[in-house]
Amino acid sequence: MAAALSGCGLVSAPQSMLNPAGPVARDQLNLIYSSMWVMVLVFVVVAGALLVILLRFRWKGQKELPPQWEGSTRLELLWTIVPFILLALLAVGTVRDSFVLAAPSGKNVLRVNVVGHQYWWAFSYPGTNIVTANELHIPVGQKVELVLTSADVIHAFWVPRLGGKTALVPGRTNIMWIEASQPGLYRGQCAEFCGTGHADMRLLVDAQTPAKFAQWEQEMEHPVVQPTTALAKEGEQLFATESCSSCHTIGGTRYAGVVGPNLTNLAQRPMIAGNLLPNTPQNLAAWLKDPQAVKPGALMPNLHLSPDKIKALVAFLESLKTPAPTGSV
Amino acid sequence: MATHSERVWHGGHAPSAVAEEPRGLWSWLTTVDHKRIGQMYMGAGLFFFLLAGIEAFLIRLQLARPDNHVVSAALFNQLFTMHGVTMVFLAGMPLLIGFINLVVPIQIGARDVAFPRLNALSLWLFIGGGLMLYTSWFFGGAPDAGWFNYVPISGIQYSPGPGVDFYDIGLQISGIGTLMTGINFLTTIINLRAPGMSWLRLPMFVWATFVTSLLIVFAFPPLTVDLFLQTFDRLFGAHFFSVAAGGSPLLWANLFWVFGHPEVYILIMPAFGIISEVVPVMSRRPLFGYTTMVLSVMAIGFLSFMVWVHHMFDLGYGPWVNSIFALSSMLIAVPTGVKIFNWLTTMWGGQVRMNTAMHWVMGFLITFVIGGMSGVMLALAPADLQFNNSYFVVAHFHYVLIGGTLFAIFAGMYYWFPKYTGRFLNETLGKWQFWLVFIGFNVTFFPMHFLGLMGMPRRIYTYAPHLGLTFWNSVSTDGVFILSAGMVIGAINVLWSYGHGQLASADPWDGRTLEWAIPSPPPAYNFAYIPQVRGLDAWWVEKRYGNGRMLPAPEAHHGPPGTIHMPTSTPMPLFLALSIVIAGYGLILHSLILAIIGFAFVAIGIHRSMFTVDPGMYVRPHEVEEVRADG
Ligand code: HEC
Ligand SMILES: [Cu+2]
Ligand SMILES: [Cu+2]
Repeated sequence: MAAALSGCGLVSAPQSMLNPAGPVARDQLNLIYSSMWVMVLVFVVVAGALLVILLRFRWKGQKELPPQWEGSTRLELLWTIVPFILLALLAVGTVRDSFVLAAPSGKNVLRVNVVGHQYWWAFSYPGTNIVTANELHIPVGQKVELVLTSADVIHAFWVPRLGGKTALVPGRTNIMWIEASQPGLYRGQCAEFCGTGHADMRLLVDAQTPAKFAQWEQEMEHPVVQPTTALAKEGEQLFATESCSSCHTIGGTRYAGVVGPNLTNLAQRPMIAGNLLPNTPQNLAAWLKDPQAVKPGALMPNLHLSPDKIKALVAFLESLKTPAPTGSV
Repeated sequence: MATHSERVWHGGHAPSAVAEEPRGLWSWLTTVDHKRIGQMYMGAGLFFFLLAGIEAFLIRLQLARPDNHVVSAALFNQLFTMHGVTMVFLAGMPLLIGFINLVVPIQIGARDVAFPRLNALSLWLFIGGGLMLYTSWFFGGAPDAGWFNYVPISGIQYSPGPGVDFYDIGLQISGIGTLMTGINFLTTIINLRAPGMSWLRLPMFVWATFVTSLLIVFAFPPLTVDLFLQTFDRLFGAHFFSVAAGGSPLLWANLFWVFGHPEVYILIMPAFGIISEVVPVMSRRPLFGYTTMVLSVMAIGFLSFMVWVHHMFDLGYGPWVNSIFALSSMLIAVPTGVKIFNWLTTMWGGQVRMNTAMHWVMGFLITFVIGGMSGVMLALAPADLQFNNSYFVVAHFHYVLIGGTLFAIFAGMYYWFPKYTGRFLNETLGKWQFWLVFIGFNVTFFPMHFLGLMGMPRRIYTYAPHLGLTFWNSVSTDGVFILSAGMVIGAINVLWSYGHGQLASADPWDGRTLEWAIPSPPPAYNFAYIPQVRGLDAWWVEKRYGNGRMLPAPEAHHGPPGTIHMPTSTPMPLFLALSIVIAGYGLILHSLILAIIGFAFVAIGIHRSMFTVDPGMYVRPHEVEEVRADG
């Protein structure tokens, strides 16, 4: 089955649930495959029967009627009981997995709070100051419990290679867990329709070796903001005067707005605008010039910035990276 | 009809006698004849089907390539919302209700439904509510929160335009019509069966209608309530669903799916009924396992109320709830499987005539099995956490709704068209239509399973080129062209055959049920005399074991000799429906005057309908119109 599906290019797709990278997605895939086999079996029986009917039981102009068979208790019991047994087999895995996947077991669980916003994700790590956006960092080989809620409408967190989805419902906290077996970048996106920008509400999970993850935590806990060029310094000023700071937080500065994504160490993130665009100066400039043109429905206002101001702001945003502490780890 | 006519109409003046059937537009607008109402349901259903098809076409064009710009994100959201709403409420259900209207009264040996005027009101409410919904495009945009319209996204804060109000009130109006249809057909089937038509002699299509009507009667009230609550939230500032004020978004979701899951069985049950009619007739043998068929229809109807959470496995109800609803959902596969195997056994060893109707039946069986199987996969809660809201789900419900419902509707169309128009649909065009639709459908929708497995969520207006989704999306869009070609041929066939098709006799298929015992097309009063039913497959019994004609029921069932008592036509239902629509506009457009006028008209209409006695009319049967079997 897996071979046939990968032949159609399904397994290599970056968001494919057929290419699990962790125990949750793997369990789910096993259930999917076992049900698929049952389904194929049923389909073959029905299609085979239809084929025989088409070949053997056509009307060929006979006058006399075929045997007028009205029923058979035995046969009807047969096709009540056999499907029942097949379903009972699938039921076992279904119930077991429902409970296994409901909450992470064991002690060594990393917890991350996830808040859905139209149309971006906020991640915070309880017990630290770390808050980030759109890009979830997790250590490989550790269970990660996601505590989900929403700031506005219903969203759903879905990274198919790591596991199925769970909704982020305003006024409610839901729990799911994921675990990545190998380091890598895993893509996902919002899976509950949430408005104009729904298609562009994308997600990236960066699963790192525990050492790399610890380093990232360090950088996020103690970000260094040191714009060096004059342009970048001007951008730092503009960030306040152009009201960016009323919506955005940047760790290591006094800017602490909470309406929009946290921009701490933004230059270290590979993507911007809800993982829509690669994080390049051109894309940042395009974003600041007209967010809705880049991402329809985006809730960051168009501030009608002059090209010079944009240049300065981009230089500042580009400087937001914390150098790896030497000799650490 | 005759039996209850004496009991109901005790009007002051004597009923007038009319011989000719009236013609012209006004006669259609005022008719209470179930056959005309049924045809209008079909016509309006096909019209809305066309609109929803155009929406689907645009959706697929937009998704043909990554980062495409055929339509904007905002327009895309309106398109998929309207496509879903239209297909479910304004195309699927009306087409099925059309068949129900056309067929059920005749199959039970009645002259009309129990409440003919209510029936007309249902029709006009559906058309009124549907057209009203479509005018939203001219009032600032159609609803755009998806067909299940979850809150808070559909709340006033996140959807400030009037689109969602059109959804709430338009569906409310057409929903009232549907609810009345349910009540009407329950009453009709319980009370108007011809003598001898006991419960276990009801044709399967009537059974399907009976259970469908029960589902309507129990499933629509939760929707009604849901829509009312939201109307109050949006128009009058109530807080049933607002989190900040202690309301719950999950309340909407639960009420919606308590309605929504039975709704999908409302859409498939009559389709099962059609298949159960066509298969035995075209295989020249009785339906295999009639009693288990009846039992499984009942079981499916019952279970359909026990499974609604399977649409919300990802909303976080926990492993207990999810497991229970997963098991109940899986259980539905058992009675459904029984039906499929009983149909197969009916054909197995029979003499199957592979005409166009039967092509659709075969197409139905193949595609419906695929849809049913993917449905079982979706029922497995942990697996569904992957599938939910992905294109796998989109594939699944199109397999059951097109491959299931629509193919059955087409089977029914080719089967019953000669009965109600007196002419056959063209078989050559029919087979072209079948093959193009069947192939086009599978090319369009099978790849959607793949797209779901590859992690494509539904309701996205675009996708990134690097996700590997491009190829199968473009294949899917290609399929739409084949599918559309088939639909165009089908439309041509219907339009052409209506006036020029080959003439059909009363009983062209060697049928088994009562509609084949009266002329094609049937006279307004259906039966010159009420028939006496002497077995399951009443007409077949008389053809094979009687003397080839239906026997009249005992004298008491007929009313005065030589006359047939029928309800008179009236513009009241149309007037009432229009008034309600006007009131609806008043609410949506915040126009107090319009609302007052509308509701005043409603009050007048109800008053007039309640306190004016319709004496009915007597119709003289044309000649002794009697159908005799040839052999
Ligand atoms: C009214 C609040 C608001 C203001 C003011 C605002 N933003 Fe934003 N910003 C947002 C929101 C909301 C988003 C998320 C948009 C999305 O992805 O849908 C965002 C996103 C961004 C992003 C992309 C972040 C990411 O994680 O992808 C950058 C960079 C950014 N803003 C920079 C700025 C700058 C620079 C300014 C000042 C010129 C500014 N913002 C002003 C609300 C605001
Ligand atoms: Cu979303
Ligand atoms: Cu359901």
